Amino acid sequence: MAITTTAPAKRYSNSTYRTIRRVRTFGLYVSVTAVLVYMLFPYYWAIVSSTKSGQALYQFSLLPSLDFGNYWQLFHNPVFMGALVNSGLVAFASTMISLVIGILAAYALGRLQFSPGRIILIAVLMISIFPQVVVLSGMFEVIGWLRLYNRPSALIVSYLILTLPFTTWILTSFIRDLPTELEEAALIDGCSRLRVLTHVLLPLMGPAIASTGLLSFILAWNEFLFALTFILTDENRTVPVAIGLLTGSSRYEYPFGQIMAASVTVTLPLLVLVLIFQRKIVAGLTSGAVKG
Amino acid sequence: MASVTLKNVSKSFGAYDVIRSIDLEIEDGEFMVFVGPSGCGKSTLLRVIAGLVPVSEGDVFIGGEQVTEVPASKRGLAFVFQSYALYPHMNVSRNISFALETARLGRDEIRRRVTKVAEMLKISHLLDRRPRQLSGGQRQRVAIGRALVGEPEVFLFDEPLSNLDADLRMEMRFEIAKLHADVKTTMIYVTHDQTEAMTLADRIVILNQGRIEQVGRPRELYDRPANRFVAGFLGSPRMNFAPLDRAASSGSVLRGVGGFCHSAELAGADAPVEIGLRPEALKLVSAETKGAIRGTFERMEDLGYEYVCYVRLSETLVWTVRSTGSPLAFAEGEVVGLSWQPVSLYLFGDDGRRIDHGGALHLALGASL
Repeated sequence: MAITTTAPAKRYSNSTYRTIRRVRTFGLYVSVTAVLVYMLFPYYWAIVSSTKSGQALYQFSLLPSLDFGNYWQLFHNPVFMGALVNSGLVAFASTMISLVIGILAAYALGRLQFSPGRIILIAVLMISIFPQVVVLSGMFEVIGWLRLYNRPSALIVSYLILTLPFTTWILTSFIRDLPTELEEAALIDGCSRLRVLTHVLLPLMGPAIASTGLLSFILAWNEFLFALTFILTDENRTVPVAIGLLTGSSRYEYPFGQIMAASVTVTLPLLVLVLIFQRKIVAGLTSGAVKG
Repeated sequence: MASVTLKNVSKSFGAYDVIRSIDLEIEDGEFMVFVGPSGCGKSTLLRVIAGLVPVSEGDVFIGGEQVTEVPASKRGLAFVFQSYALYPHMNVSRNISFALETARLGRDEIRRRVTKVAEMLKISHLLDRRPRQLSGGQRQRVAIGRALVGEPEVFLFDEPLSNLDADLRMEMRFEIAKLHADVKTTMIYVTHDQTEAMTLADRIVILNQGRIEQVGRPRELYDRPANRFVAGFLGSPRMNFAPLDRAASSGSVLRGVGGFCHSAELAGADAPVEIGLRPEALKLVSAETKGAIRGTFERMEDLGYEYVCYVRLSETLVWTVRSTGSPLAFAEGEVVGLSWQPVSLYLFGDDGRRIDHGGALHLALGASL
């Protein structure tokens, strides 16, 4: 047997590779920092601006001036506080409804064998392709027929069109990934389809439900176009619109400080939610192996 | 306790036929093993009995009652899955009791039954654990416990031991055999492992491409296989086959590779086209031995308790010889002879069916070797 020898590929000394590795690590950290600064700066700027008032707003400074007058004013603004409550209700309700419908739909589409399922899934995806503006006028008619105009429930109904498609999609793919045998075991144990869903699949879908729920909550919480169109009066407004319509003490003053304070305030609940659910989401990502 | 009867059962997924009109009668209390190569439809057949897969055609009877359209949850069976399929979010105790909870049994009754099953399977100390904290063997026991607790009429096992390592597999095999002896319930067991099939079964069903090749007691299948497929499937190492030379065979004289030459008085009209010999029926002898066929000694494997030798008969044909005694010392490449008792020779016809020669087979002496 002939032993084939190949000339060793050209290589540098060990210390060169060490240097290369260090340079790479350093480069990685530098680029991560750059990305973080780029992404977080607008939010930081909002926080800084929210603590300034009057002329201070127009002077460039990266340090907050710790004047919480804007917040004080904001919390005594009944329209804004009402909008906050409305937003919470609308976002919560539309998330819940889309989760319930989404879970049922996902189980049907992901597990039950029926031929139109694929077409339905594709149709669901198509719906989410249309830009909101396309749907707007049609949606306006629907809201009119349902006699929901100028009511927060109009928003709950219309937000379903945004949240349901991706809820259904994500949950369907998650359900498909759960082992079929688990479900078969539950059927053998005498469960009805609904009991299989509620007692066996649902407890395992925690992470998927947390992440889709969070996403749809954020979507509903931040939505602007429908909220602006379907709501007429101040007391029914949601926060994004309320912020847009904040006015200063005179017609010609644009209340930058307050707007920034409102933006920061509005982001806080989302931050809290993300922090609460992040452990669950991360746990779901890592413990995907149900078979274990 | 119940019998299971399949009448003309077929199942196809689209254009692909997984099970083709199977008729089968499984008696009350019997341990029946379905065995076959992967993709032969054995798992699908088990799922059909369980009601997890609807039949395309045919009828299923359990305990004499028509259950073809009865959903899985109402059939009163128990199923042990290959992956165990324990509920990961429930502890062992709830895993076992879930079916009873679903059936709305009283709390005391549930506790009594779970305790009894746990003691029987020696998993009492694990009741509070989650499945992921258990070893493979323990999960297996829990899965069996979950099946036992409902006191089912029929137990279905889908390759339950294939995820365990060799030692544990043997232990669990023994326990399943003991379990059957204790509860005496009808059990249907799917496996691709012929050792499990041979050791556990009262009767074996050998499946191939969605059809039953043969049903019978393990010994019967081993000694009197109905056809080439069954003969080749059971036994390890598998049976040695060699085609007969048709042109050279004339009348009752059969000729084949390596100088094979026998005369046979066959009653049937079918002419055999192939011979089969089990590795343990062969004996390595010197090349000059009368009646032996010749080949080249290629390699010997010493397994400690037995030897497996490989002898090349032709370019494409290598036969295995299994012997427990120390074999003659042959060098690699040496020409050796293989001999056997006439009764251990199998003949197969054109359609693969075994042709019974009733031992009426003789060395065709005088024929040129």
